[in-house]
Amino acid sequence: MRRRARPTITESNQTYTFTRRAMVLGGAQGLVAALLASRMGWISIAENEHYQLLSESNRVQMRLIPPRRGWIVDRSGHPIAINRSDFRVDLIPDRVVDEDHILAELTQLLELPPDEVERIREELKRAAGYQPVPVAENLEYEKYAAVTVRLPELPGVSPLRSFSRSYPDGAAVGHLVGYVGTPNKEEYEKEDKNPLLITPGFKVGKEGIEKVMEPRLRGRPGAQRVEVTARGKLVRELSTLPDRGGGILQLTIDSGLQAFAARRLGPESGSVVVLDCLTGDILALASMPAYDPNTFTDGISQKEWKILSQDERKPLLNKSLNGLYPPGSTFKPMVAMALQRAGIDPEQHVNCPGGYQLGNRFFRCLGRHGSMIMHTAIARSCNTYFYTMGRRAGIDVISAMGKSLGFGQKFDLPVVSQNYGTMPSAEWKKARYEKSAKLVERPDWTESDTLNTAIGQGFVIVNPLQLAIMVSRVASGLEIEPNLIRGKRRAPAPLPYPKEHFETVRSGMWEVVNGHGTAGRSKLEVPGIEMGGKTGTAQVRRITGGQRGQSGAWKYRDHGLFVCFAPVAAPRYAASVVIEHGMGGARAAAPVAKDVLTYLFDKPKALAALATFEEQWGGDIKARMEAESRRWDLAHGNPAANGAT
Amino acid sequence: MSTSSLVPAPILALPWKILLLVSAITGFGLLVLYSAAGARLTWALPQGVRFVVFLAMAIAMSRLHPDRYKMAAFPTYAVVMILLMLVEALGFVSGGAQRWLDLGIIRIQPSELMKPVIVLTVAAFYSMLPAGEIRRWNAIWPAGLLIGIPFALILIQPDLGTATMVFAGGLTVMFLAGLPLRLFLGGAAIVAVAGPVAFSFLHDYQQKRVLIFLDPEADPLGAGYHISQSKIAIGSGGLFGKGFLNGTQSHLDYLPEGHTDFIFATMAEEWGLMGGIFLIACFALVIKWGIGVALDAKDRFARLTAAGLTTTIFFYVAINLMMVMGLAPVVGIPLPLVSYGGSAMLTIMLCIGILMSIERQNVRERRR
Repeated sequence: MRRRARPTITESNQTYTFTRRAMVLGGAQGLVAALLASRMGWISIAENEHYQLLSESNRVQMRLIPPRRGWIVDRSGHPIAINRSDFRVDLIPDRVVDEDHILAELTQLLELPPDEVERIREELKRAAGYQPVPVAENLEYEKYAAVTVRLPELPGVSPLRSFSRSYPDGAAVGHLVGYVGTPNKEEYEKEDKNPLLITPGFKVGKEGIEKVMEPRLRGRPGAQRVEVTARGKLVRELSTLPDRGGGILQLTIDSGLQAFAARRLGPESGSVVVLDCLTGDILALASMPAYDPNTFTDGISQKEWKILSQDERKPLLNKSLNGLYPPGSTFKPMVAMALQRAGIDPEQHVNCPGGYQLGNRFFRCLGRHGSMIMHTAIARSCNTYFYTMGRRAGIDVISAMGKSLGFGQKFDLPVVSQNYGTMPSAEWKKARYEKSAKLVERPDWTESDTLNTAIGQGFVIVNPLQLAIMVSRVASGLEIEPNLIRGKRRAPAPLPYPKEHFETVRSGMWEVVNGHGTAGRSKLEVPGIEMGGKTGTAQVRRITGGQRGQSGAWKYRDHGLFVCFAPVAAPRYAASVVIEHGMGGARAAAPVAKDVLTYLFDKPKALAALATFEEQWGGDIKARMEAESRRWDLAHGNPAANGAT
Repeated sequence: MSTSSLVPAPILALPWKILLLVSAITGFGLLVLYSAAGARLTWALPQGVRFVVFLAMAIAMSRLHPDRYKMAAFPTYAVVMILLMLVEALGFVSGGAQRWLDLGIIRIQPSELMKPVIVLTVAAFYSMLPAGEIRRWNAIWPAGLLIGIPFALILIQPDLGTATMVFAGGLTVMFLAGLPLRLFLGGAAIVAVAGPVAFSFLHDYQQKRVLIFLDPEADPLGAGYHISQSKIAIGSGGLFGKGFLNGTQSHLDYLPEGHTDFIFATMAEEWGLMGGIFLIACFALVIKWGIGVALDAKDRFARLTAAGLTTTIFFYVAINLMMVMGLAPVVGIPLPLVSYGGSAMLTIMLCIGILMSIERQNVRERRR
């Protein structure tokens, strides 16, 4: 060793070293004990509040109680959309221990079809944390109880009793009220991730009134403070703040009339709009075919969606508001108002030789009417009269009157969208065709444009609601605005036109139905009540050769339209009926209007007529939709599907 | 002494101070176990029975002369080493980590036994080493091997907590034996430098534990869950706690291992800082007593053993409390006498038994 000079180590100085080092060691251990005690003091005294809060948030969980959605009722309080008790089962992804085992158990208990199991698996993969994944809704009590009983062995499964939306009238109110559904990601983010939106069983309005009136219908959620274990087992309820249900929404709709109108449309594709022509209250807004909003409540199946979206009669389109049609002759009451406005004497004669020559072009009439005055021209729907007088009055007066009676206008209604069509004018044509050189139309207004407009063809397109408004305004002489929500409103102001102008038009419309007119067969059979109306037949495409849109493929046939009001003596109700490709107003639309108005004055008679029709058509709306579903299954080689979803 | 006539002398001669301390700690632990089981005796009863048995064993051990332990040190060390290797081999065969040896009636954990045995062995080695050799190389390498081999075997089990305790126990005896101080200071410097390198050799889950210890809130629902929930339990207890049987963290299962490694948190939630101070003070008194026994001892083996075993008890308590309070990574060291389980209690009672034997010898020599 290098250092030899080191003093030899003896037993005694080894003892001394030990004593010293042992005391150092003991001291160090005491120090550690003191350190631990003060560390504990720090956590439990200085940070006590912080940790107490964390402990509470561990222990106590807030559970939202979804509010009951407000009812939608009709003008006399009859329910249109209500809530019914619903048993459902959800999965809380965070608490699921053995996914395969749980799914197998649930599949057996709830008899889940394979594609549902696949959907649950997919959603579980994408789900985050406590956001529940719906397993099944609308369960029978027995199945629900079977899951509840076995809950201790099924961690992550959450059975719940909730409420779901129900529409007693089904498809008849589909387009009117829309439907509700589980909120999607966009809706969730749009509401700043409102936790209510991911609460199981909570639905938001997706379409129609349900969507537009969402804030009023939703209500305020309740909350429940519960003590839970780390595994999510409920220990006890601490306190509950009850939910406040959404407000009742009363519509101007007459649900009986709405259902009747929808049913009376039968297998046709079309729309019925009925207004109270004194107040503007919409009594019926039916569009058929339609979806059954109840099927959306439970989550629509792929098959149901395919049936809806592949139908050429467009059950997903609300034809009353979004369907656009050339009005044809139903335009004439408005044009007659415009002619008088332009100073034309309604008693002045126009000879109808079967058409009208403008330059080298001959505009045809539907017949040789001979000598016509305004009254007879409306009654017989003489085009020659309107060509002649329309040309004399000019487009500016017609266009102004059209707008004043509602055409080309959008109304203040709680609906998702309205297609307001076109009420053409010289400025409109210029603005539309000047810049787009590709279109063949010339940008300046021509005489032939005026002639076409005068008989409701050419550029004119309108929706059925506008037709109903026009006829309401003509019938009452009031500038009514359509209402869908019941409530106090200012009485509508009279339109600034002389009473005699309205009288002339109304008497012409009386003649249409009750005298020598185009819709004589649709005279009301209610004693003391007469209906005034106007038929219209609108071409879907330009006439080629001998085909007049009266035969051939369904989608090329003419539309049948009818506008009407009743009683003629003291107008109260006004309606428009559009039958897509119905081939003629008198033939397809007027009989529907007749029955719908009859319902307002003599219910039993109207219902008896309907019963006869429905027997021929193969049942009511529901029965026919079910039959269609079966046909679809057959056509797609899907005999196993029996509608059990 | 006036009571001597009433109480038999052998009973009066028992080291009542330490027996009462140990009983107080265990008794308090039984209360906590009773609460942790949801006001049931599921854990408290077996734990109580075990304690009585081990206490009797410790008293019996105290009747033996310390020289007996010195003689038994090396053979015991050899037996435990064989058991350790057996565990290793079995683990290799069954293809997984193994710490237990199932002997049919009893499952023993050789690494647990190694904690007191390493102290006895190293103490025996230094007591046999001539005083003049203490600053020689000969004083270092045999002890180094005695400690290093079991340390390595336990580390690859893998059981970082126990390996560290075995290493620390042996090292303490080397320090007390009087090896040059610069060896320890230099060693500490090397560890500080080599630490990061060693870290990279740790198992994935061990690395994770160390990282989570450094920042437990980073992953409160994942692997940092233990530490977070434990601190919530201790912190929410406050000064006097939520009251007996009223802990929510443990009763609602938020605190994992609430009756084993994290029993201190369970206790602190219901008894607050007061309960914590009581337990820490009791353990401090046990350690003070142990160091006192060591300082009183005349024999070199007895001195080193007493101080070493006391330090072993200290490491148990300190590592567990640091872990529970978020000052150390989660290494799976129970709180002796309080945590449910027999292994740690057995080790501690072995230590207490040997310490009592040394104290008995001290008293005898003082009388002489």
